Amino acid sequence: MTSSTPSDPSVPSAENSAAVSIPSPPADGVTSELCIRCRNLDGWYGDFQALHGIDLDIPENRVTAFIGPSGCGKSTLLRWFNRMNDTIPTARATGELHLHGRDLLDPKCDVVDLRRRVGMVFQKPNPFPKSIFDNVACGPRLHRRYSRGDLEALVEQSLRRASIWDEVKDRLGQSALGLSGGQQQRLCIARAIAIGPEVLLMDEPCSALDPRSTSAIEELIRHLRDQYTIVIVTHNMQQAARVSDRTAFFYNGALVETDRTERIFTNPTHRETEDYVSGRFG
Amino acid sequence: MSQPPGQHLDFRELVERGEPRQIAKRVRLDRGFYLMCMAITMIAVIALLVLLGSILINGIPGLSWSFVTNFTSRDPGKAGILAPLAGSIWISAICAVVALPVGVATALYLEEFAARNRFTNLLRLNISNLAGVPSIVYGILGLTLFVRMFGLAGTTQDPALEIGGETYAMYYDVTGEPLRVPVENRSVTPTLETGTIAYMQRVLDGPDGELIFTDHWEPIPLTIVEDSANAPLANGVIPAVDAGLPVDYEVEKPWYYVQFPFGQTVLAGGLTLMLVVLPIVIISSQEAIRSVPGSLRSGSFAMGATRLQTVSRVTLPASIPMIMTGAILAMSRAIGEAAPILVLGVALFITDVPQTLMDPFTVLPMQIYNWSARFQPEFRALAASGIIVLLFVLLAFNAIAITIRQRFSRPLQ
Repeated sequence: MTSSTPSDPSVPSAENSAAVSIPSPPADGVTSELCIRCRNLDGWYGDFQALHGIDLDIPENRVTAFIGPSGCGKSTLLRWFNRMNDTIPTARATGELHLHGRDLLDPKCDVVDLRRRVGMVFQKPNPFPKSIFDNVACGPRLHRRYSRGDLEALVEQSLRRASIWDEVKDRLGQSALGLSGGQQQRLCIARAIAIGPEVLLMDEPCSALDPRSTSAIEELIRHLRDQYTIVIVTHNMQQAARVSDRTAFFYNGALVETDRTERIFTNPTHRETEDYVSGRFG
Repeated sequence: MSQPPGQHLDFRELVERGEPRQIAKRVRLDRGFYLMCMAITMIAVIALLVLLGSILINGIPGLSWSFVTNFTSRDPGKAGILAPLAGSIWISAICAVVALPVGVATALYLEEFAARNRFTNLLRLNISNLAGVPSIVYGILGLTLFVRMFGLAGTTQDPALEIGGETYAMYYDVTGEPLRVPVENRSVTPTLETGTIAYMQRVLDGPDGELIFTDHWEPIPLTIVEDSANAPLANGVIPAVDAGLPVDYEVEKPWYYVQFPFGQTVLAGGLTLMLVVLPIVIISSQEAIRSVPGSLRSGSFAMGATRLQTVSRVTLPASIPMIMTGAILAMSRAIGEAAPILVLGVALFITDVPQTLMDPFTVLPMQIYNWSARFQPEFRALAASGIIVLLFVLLAFNAIAITIRQRFSRPLQ
């Protein structure tokens, strides 16, 4: 593990990073605690280096969007936040990656507990071939034993938070595969919420959905913003502009720049960012 | 780089330059191919129908309830199929009970847990190869491994280890009545003296003068006499010359009785068939597990599920319908196998339904083979009837498996 970069003296060490405000205040002007902290993070798949020295702070209870052309490493970085890259045998990373001061690259890091705190929603809706109820209930059941009544209440509240309760409350026993794509994706969000995570990672959650379902999910993301730290990877720049507080632009495995979303879209520092957000390349 | 020919032409001209194919000819060819495929399929269907028809014509007259409830006999009119029917059901059940968990567990290990390295790739390759090994080879393996246990544990007649059975040495007294004397095991020769307690079977007189042999054995003190010529003709009297080595040993078997080696028993037969079908079960289960979309696994892992939780809550439930389909095929093969059972050297003339795992048995294909090889036409008709019973058992097993499959894959209401 390398130490933090000397070029950024305002960033304190990992031990007390949880109680530090990040340099530029988010859109609402209220400072936020630091949630995820990356320093000089390099990531590889075998011999291919997918991430080059990423330095990034992700604030708590804000929506951070990762944008950039395909293959730029944004999904790879996202998958390090909950160690989903562990399922790829050749994937490895060096550098510093902390979540609330906890070293995520430590081989001793308990990924089961980590993933309980960091939920994930995938590109393609992936409900289990079970009932709607069981899809939401299976996550909580993995980690704790609940009474039937508590579980029912938990499922209802999770579905309510995911804004899908009214659509499914009369058919909780039916197969989740019978739902539309947009409903399935909101069910997957409910499933991720049900285990009580602090962070929600969303890997292009709307790319397989029609515009109406997309706007439903975006509405939901704005709604969840107060309770969760959300990191969303998206190819849709309007979406990033609509839902996120901060935006990080990646190019060729490197983080080009990160700032408040409106700044990235109106007055970016780097030329590549401006070209990308204005649609001149990518 | 040189210019390809035709580069100077405009696009439309280039498209039209190709030699046109006749549409009518293409349609005719297409139609011809369709008819050829159908004809080839029909050859198989017609062959099957002829086979089924001839079996039904020959076999139906011989089918009756007594055919199913009688044991085999030298008289074709009395011969029945009860012992091989029971034997087939027994060993198929043992085969299924052992092969399914072992096969599914192996498939889970290879697909979900094992790393892809040279060793596991070798393992996968070998399992595929094993599926193609002729079943008679598994019969030889079963004979060595289960029936004889490499000869390391005594012989079939004199097993090194017996669990749960009561062993008796058999003697005949002067009246010709069999008597039995309890012993530790078959290698012990009891010393008989006057006054030694032996056991004699209680025999009742039936209403029509026939004898009814009961399971009740009554104690009787022995009298050993030196002079066999002048011995009193009474129960329990044994001439000294006959009191040495017992005529035979008999084992009273409770349901949990096990002997090592297994000998030509139901358990050895079932395990041998398990060897035959195990590669098929493993391969079909592997395919079933592989067909579960990776996105479901990712979804499960992303919720913090461990590998065991992912397998037991997501992967296995999603793949059980396909696993059961593979199991149906494997069991269909198992129940029709004669070769591996033949190699085990099981007796054909069995007049008992197996009661324990350590009872002798025979199977339907063996009995059918035996009957069809006889020269009397009556026996060959019996073979046809036996085939109908075998097909029926096969269908019954498949029905059970399909029911299980439906239960798991039933769309949620």
